[in-house]
Amino acid sequence: MPSLNDYLVLSAILFSIGSAGVFLRRNLITILLSIEIMLNAVNLTFVAFGRSFGTVDGQIIVFFVMTVAAAEAAVGLAIVIALFRHRESLDPDSFMTLRW
Amino acid sequence: MTLFYVFGAVAVTASLLVIAQRNPIHSVLLLIASFGALSGLYVTLDAPFVAVIQIIVYAGAIMVLFLFVVMLLNASQETTEEDLERRGAPGSPAATPGLKVFGALLALALVVELVWALTRASVGGDFGEGSVSSVAAIGRTLFTDYAFPFEVTSVLILVAMVGAVVLARRGTPGDA
Repeated sequence: MPSLNDYLVLSAILFSIGSAGVFLRRNLITILLSIEIMLNAVNLTFVAFGRSFGTVDGQIIVFFVMTVAAAEAAVGLAIVIALFRHRESLDPDSFMTLRW
Repeated sequence: MTLFYVFGAVAVTASLLVIAQRNPIHSVLLLIASFGALSGLYVTLDAPFVAVIQIIVYAGAIMVLFLFVVMLLNASQETTEEDLERRGAPGSPAATPGLKVFGALLALALVVELVWALTRASVGGDFGEGSVSSVAAIGRTLFTDYAFPFEVTSVLILVAMVGAVVLARRGTPGDA
């Protein structure tokens, strides 16, 4: 049986991969996908700690995190569509000026 | 024990490939594979409810939304540095390779730091026996202790839905 530390290390690795995606990629959709990777890494931490403490609270927090992730994906993708209509580009560097 | 390593290896590999792909559709499909592996990890943690929700909501709904937007926008390839140079675009900050190396180093520093801290901390240790996480227990706690956050969640989803419709709507002919 793997210990709590193993799950936490795996979660840390996944979170770092997600943050690397946000740092390195220049595609708005891939950046949103990297944010989803980070949210899932945190979910894994919540479930592992909940299992360790013997409570269901961790899983309920995961339920709320998933709800927020769904709302974030809906609004974020709507913003991406609106930006793409204006510039025909998904490169975040083409949106440096704060005017249309 | 072996299940943990199999699912963990699949999740890490698929997540790395998500970052490495140029085509967003491949990224989305690989992320679904990563979520499947995470769902298996939840089963090894005695959390079947979260595992099922992960498959249905994340892989089934959110990722399909991403896939739909990728196909709607039809922008399959990311612009590379060579494209920018050929087009003669003004030097944007992230187009310089130095900053990209800096970002990679920051991510590497983050993983080294987190793993170093977690291996030294020795939190918890092995899991105790006996799981409490039946679906009935989750439902009871969700609708008693967490009833108010649950109701606030419905307002959040309503706001997100209205916001998405307003943001993605085509402007009226007058103000476009």
